[in-house]
Amino acid sequence: MLDRHKKVERHSLAFVIMIIVVASIGGLFEIAPLFTIDKTVEDVEGVRPYTPLELAGRNIYIREGCYACHSQMIRTLRDEVERYGPYSLAAESQYDHPMLWGSKRTGPDLARVGGKYSDAWHVAHFIRPRDVVPQSNMPSYAFLLERRADLRDMDLHLAALKATGVPYSEAQIEAANLDALGQADPDSEAAEGVLERYGEDIAIRDFALDGRNVSEMDALVAYLQMLGTLVDWDTFQPGGKELE
Amino acid sequence: MLKDLTKNERILALCLAILVALLGLFLAAAGQDTLLGSHGWIILLFGLILTFAVVGTMTYQGPTPEQLADRHKEYYDTPTKAGIVLAMIWAIFGFFVGDWVAWQLAYPDLNLDQAWSSFGRLRPAHTMGVIFGFGGNALIATSFHVVQRTSRARLPDQLSPWVVLAGYNLFCILAVTGYLIGITQSKEYAEPEWYADILLTVVWVLYFILYLRTLARRAEPHIYVANWYYLAFILVVAMLHIVNNLAVPISLSHAKSYSLFAGVQDAMTQWWYGHNAVAFFLTAGFLGMMYYFLPVKAQRPIYSYRMSIVSFWGITFLYMWAGSHHLHYTALPDWVQTLGMSFSIMLLVPSWASAANALLTLNGAWHRVRDDAALRFMMVAAVFYGISTFEGSFMAIRPVNSLSHYTDWTVGHVHAGALGWVAFITFGAIYTLVPWLWKRQGMYSSRLVEVHFWLGLAGTVVYVMAMWNSGIIQGLMWRTYDEFGTLEYSFVESLEAMHAYYVARAIGGLFFLVGGIIGFYNIYKTISASGAETMADDQPIATAPAAE
Repeated sequence: MLDRHKKVERHSLAFVIMIIVVASIGGLFEIAPLFTIDKTVEDVEGVRPYTPLELAGRNIYIREGCYACHSQMIRTLRDEVERYGPYSLAAESQYDHPMLWGSKRTGPDLARVGGKYSDAWHVAHFIRPRDVVPQSNMPSYAFLLERRADLRDMDLHLAALKATGVPYSEAQIEAANLDALGQADPDSEAAEGVLERYGEDIAIRDFALDGRNVSEMDALVAYLQMLGTLVDWDTFQPGGKELE
Repeated sequence: MLKDLTKNERILALCLAILVALLGLFLAAAGQDTLLGSHGWIILLFGLILTFAVVGTMTYQGPTPEQLADRHKEYYDTPTKAGIVLAMIWAIFGFFVGDWVAWQLAYPDLNLDQAWSSFGRLRPAHTMGVIFGFGGNALIATSFHVVQRTSRARLPDQLSPWVVLAGYNLFCILAVTGYLIGITQSKEYAEPEWYADILLTVVWVLYFILYLRTLARRAEPHIYVANWYYLAFILVVAMLHIVNNLAVPISLSHAKSYSLFAGVQDAMTQWWYGHNAVAFFLTAGFLGMMYYFLPVKAQRPIYSYRMSIVSFWGITFLYMWAGSHHLHYTALPDWVQTLGMSFSIMLLVPSWASAANALLTLNGAWHRVRDDAALRFMMVAAVFYGISTFEGSFMAIRPVNSLSHYTDWTVGHVHAGALGWVAFITFGAIYTLVPWLWKRQGMYSSRLVEVHFWLGLAGTVVYVMAMWNSGIIQGLMWRTYDEFGTLEYSFVESLEAMHAYYVARAIGGLFFLVGGIIGFYNIYKTISASGAETMADDQPIATAPAAE
């Protein structure tokens, strides 16, 4: 073996090719099948793509680096299920480009934070986290209330996501900018359109509770309030994975 | 620096600089309503500075034919020097931001209440600054040095190394400024957006070609071990970078893009990237550094050639399977988790073979380890490499991971590797290189090297101990049940329990930062000391490029 290696290490191109081959095997075996084995992501009733306002909120979540301190992945462990709710299903992040499972919990997991607190709680918490949770070490995000959400190009966002495989309809893409505004403005005509295009279960309200439309606070709260709420646990049948 | 370039190279450099400026102008115009515009301006400014710098040397005639002929008798070290200085600047920046966010976790009001200075935006600026800014520049700089010495050949031209350095640092600047103004993909350690990713891809291909061209000129028949690692670092990082960053930009006038992959597949791709960025950026590259500087400084040959071969191919093969250990008990299929765990444990064999190979090389040179802090930096690096690879394999075991994952234990583990191994081997290499490159008898102050060593070591130990404690306490509190079978602690109680450790960690980080600043000062004084002495070069260059 040593003699043969002595030959390889005299030829830089042979060495390069060997490195590429040897280093490719692991990824090919572990990643490629995830795209071909259907059981990797089982279809679950209720999972849907984000509405434009939720997507804008998700992008703010990404921009602020929330994922650095909050996970969105409840593991199949007893204490996690009791603390945060049913363990996360693959399907629940099937439209997440990219996923935000996270790797560190300086703050709690947010996979099922939707509906856990009121909008008012979230707004107060974002303005001054320690007003609501005195021991918290989270930064203040009061500026979200002052900034208008940039919703001018939500159609481009939806179109790019469609290109990656998210099943948005042409109508949804076309109306995306208007729908984003409508979801935070319950009395508007645009609000009707959101229900029409995304379903009757979509929450439509002034999320930031400030009577103004539409701030980054509206978008982020809209996103947080839908997290983990899509699957109906009363009718859900686990497809195989068991609690450990 | 630019005067080293021949006339033709300067013309080419000018074209490239103008091209960069034009691309910047295009992005600034296209993205005038979006965040992309600000990056356009930065690229434009960068291109203009380069343009003026090159124009300023255009009247210079360039080396005469005689000078050119002479030049092939010496190595081209100016880019290495520049890379070392850049690495140190990034080090101070990265350490500072890291320590600042560490204090923020203990005292959240230290975030100044600005959007750009909150933990979520500064944290990637810290990781990017230390891994890519400090680590990357150090790797590029030392690889230029090592490939020339072990090949006994000069770099093939004067322009490519500068293009690689300039392009790479532009990428780092775009990355860090992007996070502060809110441009990020959110993929850990791969946060820069599509246009920065394209820039890095181009730079990386040039780097690879430069490396191969230098190897092709070598006068030694065999390619030395250090180069295997540098090659693996360059190649595999390219592979990881391209696949993990596949994305669809929403338009050419927006910074924003959407990752091609979603959910489970995205998570697996991300941690295949993330873990192997550790493997091929933070391990293979720095092993290349170790395999050259440690034996040279100890004046001992590498202990075992056979162990070098086994550990090189072991690391190259096994690491690529291990990424899924970041996703234990998640929605990732069990079979992938099990594979990740198994290969992570096997990985201990080549990892410890490398660490042992380094430490056994020091047999017969332990008096030098005692007397020479530069070599001691490298010895401690090898020890920390052994410790953190053991810890990594241990934490990849599923039940252990159920406790450690999501906690500060992971943070402690990463820093045992990043501070104890990566930064220490780099400082060892830099303290070895600086006197050689600037032709000095030694560092300006060997006492200050000692001070740096002990501050760095104390800082690392305090940091890692604090995070072990906080991580394990956190993990245990999350899963403690009371006598009624309900969870004993709320989440926020576990956070409160962290406070003392967060303070301790920030103090450890401060030690490390102060050590880095002292190192910077010492290097600055060494470089700027007057009365340069000529010293014989370490490895004579081959007089004529030999055929294989």
